[in-house]
Amino acid sequence: MTDLDSTPGDAVYLDHAASTPMLPEAVAAMTRQLPRTGNPSSLHASGRAARRVVEESREAIARALGCRPGEVVLTSGGTESDNLAVKGLFWSRRGADPRRTRVLSTSVEHHAVLDPLHWLAEHEGAEVELLPVDDTGRLDVRALRASVERDPGSVALVSVMWANNEVGTVQPVDEVVEVAREHGIPVHSDAVQAVGQLPVDFAASGVDAMTVTAHKIGGPYGVGALVVRRELDVTPLLHGGGQERDIRSGTIDTPAIAGFAEALRVTVEHRDEQATRLAALRDDLVERVRERVPDVLVNGAAEHRLPGNAHLTFPGCEGDSLLMLLDARGIACSTGSACSAGVPQPSHVLLAMGADAERARGSLRFSLGHTSSTADVDAVVDAIVPVVERARAAGLAGQTRKAG
Amino acid sequence: MRVVAAMSGGVDSAVAAARAVDAGHDVTGIHLALSRNPKSYRTGARGCCTIEDANDARRAADVIGIPFYVWDLSDRFHDDVVEDFMAEYSAGRTPNPCLRCNERIKFAAVLDRALALGFDAVATGHYARLETAADGTVEMHRAVDHGKDQSYVLGVLTQEQLAHSLFPLGGSSKPDVRAEAERRGLSVARKPDSHDICFISDGDTAGWLREKLGAGSGDLVDHATGEVLGRHEGAFGFTIGQRRGLRIGRPTDDGRPRYVLDIEPVSGTVTVGPREELTVDRIEGRAARWCGLPPTGRLEGTVQLRAHGAEHRAVVSASPDDVRIELLEPAEGIAPGQAAVVYDGSRVVGSCTITSATRARTA
Ligand SMILES: Cc1ncc(COP(=O)(O)O)c(C=O)c1O
Repeated sequence: MTDLDSTPGDAVYLDHAASTPMLPEAVAAMTRQLPRTGNPSSLHASGRAARRVVEESREAIARALGCRPGEVVLTSGGTESDNLAVKGLFWSRRGADPRRTRVLSTSVEHHAVLDPLHWLAEHEGAEVELLPVDDTGRLDVRALRASVERDPGSVALVSVMWANNEVGTVQPVDEVVEVAREHGIPVHSDAVQAVGQLPVDFAASGVDAMTVTAHKIGGPYGVGALVVRRELDVTPLLHGGGQERDIRSGTIDTPAIAGFAEALRVTVEHRDEQATRLAALRDDLVERVRERVPDVLVNGAAEHRLPGNAHLTFPGCEGDSLLMLLDARGIACSTGSACSAGVPQPSHVLLAMGADAERARGSLRFSLGHTSSTADVDAVVDAIVPVVERARAAGLAGQTRKAG
Repeated sequence: MRVVAAMSGGVDSAVAAARAVDAGHDVTGIHLALSRNPKSYRTGARGCCTIEDANDARRAADVIGIPFYVWDLSDRFHDDVVEDFMAEYSAGRTPNPCLRCNERIKFAAVLDRALALGFDAVATGHYARLETAADGTVEMHRAVDHGKDQSYVLGVLTQEQLAHSLFPLGGSSKPDVRAEAERRGLSVARKPDSHDICFISDGDTAGWLREKLGAGSGDLVDHATGEVLGRHEGAFGFTIGQRRGLRIGRPTDDGRPRYVLDIEPVSGTVTVGPREELTVDRIEGRAARWCGLPPTGRLEGTVQLRAHGAEHRAVVSASPDDVRIELLEPAEGIAPGQAAVVYDGSRVVGSCTITSATRARTA
């Protein structure tokens, strides 16, 4: 094996929205379980021991998210939960009434929601409406209302993310619920980015299904949950042993779940102080970058925004170049999505907010998290001028077409 | 030096990148995304034909221990290489897209961007040698492995471009490069070589052109009599010098095979005739590109007229942009649009695009 420890990491890690470092408490909780044997479905003592860990974790997760333990369906993470919610609810709702073929969502969802929607449209005859957002990335609830009221009986579900992963805009989930509830339409919300940064209370929110993933809150990769109201029917994606309420099959990962629960407990416990701290750091970052690069543009919302998110456009630069130049200085950030070949793509979120392709391509996301400090902000501020100058000199070289 | 290593996902560019690291350079691996896939789900944008190659390149960069990024040059590639390829074919010429890509993309768009970003050079896995002459000019020479030599497709590079290029493989043979890749633990060590035009994935150039440019059917005409011998389904299926697949039911009077002599793009007329009509010894070219100073007066050297083609002894005279070549050893089946690359011994002097190839003497 190669010695991966010799591969240098980033000295300044500002990509917490992609994955945040595991919390020591979560590492401890997880490693306590790793050497233990026992399939939680087994009936013997080892199985019961594992079961107990899983159920106590489930209870901790439920406490942190404001739901009942029986509503927590453990999955392999955000992508699976989103797929399960969107496809599972579509299938069950249309199964109960074949007229329900419409799915209403937004144009700024994560690909884990958008791609299942496209798939449903292509293979299952779903009529998918991606509702518009304003220039801060926030859903226009009037458009949602109009669309629902056009024919409420034909809507299978509404899926609106709690907070956006790219620009950090927080959606008016309570208003969405209000509109949908009048007509008995279930609402799914992808709360992957919101949990740990905003108060998220499942029961109080009125949403019917909610996606969570562990690796964005200091837990391990490859584990998450779909929180689903008990009385809601969800057609499974994975058939088998029926381990998770018959909605999800597969032997569940006891150590990972223990780490997930502990991470969630710690994160939620410190949420308010952390949010205040991160928002101040973030504002400092934006302010000081603006002092040095006066034409920088801030994308997203001022008020309805995740505290750890700064999304900036540097006019005349290629986000790609900025990322590479910062990476070379040990600063990790993100340009948004790349396709599976690694080709940078203009962000569908920024395009939906009305940005042109050039603005979309000249953007960078800095996302702060529990390990972020003033030193990280200082590093960005120190690097940004030479980096932007270089990137500007390189311009949109290679990517744009020649004039004429 | 700070070096961008263009990594295609093949064995050659991976070893070239590793050697650049060994030479003490600060190397960053770049995979160029050149093709577009309109069927891609994601945001309907471009992208992802090259997933496998990009992953192979990324894995190689990981093993070598260098940073790695993908640069999207698909728009530029489409405009400068693919469209040029189609335009040349529609005009009845036979272009070489690899040369065009080196001239406009790898050693232009990529190099420009690299220089602007603070890099000093671009390294590729091409088989060619660079040497610095006494006066400081950079000379390009044929690779040591003549079977793999790729100086022909690099014959479009100017002094400015060569001064910022690295070809770490020029002194090696292909088997050595593969063995070295194996030693270095690069999983691409046994990956087959790519030969085809990269944007025509199934290798069916004629089919690709038919799809893009329409059928272009026309007559097959005898060169001497002008008699129509048959119809064909599309002029793009033919290249000058081609003998097989003409599908003319009628044999010639003397039983000798017919060859494609000329392709008339607008009418689609394909002229056929005997082999000796293919022989040329006088070539005119335009769009000359010189690796150093343009040659003055008459240069006695050699020319190569297609990739991996033979060398022909020749006398070359050039005004800056136009080139006349007298072949002392005649060539066959030379089509306008091909590049003529001029050599002085092993050194590449420059290149031009062939505009006409004719016969001065009777064979
Ligand atoms: C909003 C949102 N939804 C879903 C996901 C996918 O989660 P996971 O990586 O656990 O599959 C992510 C992570 O990128 C996300 O940011």
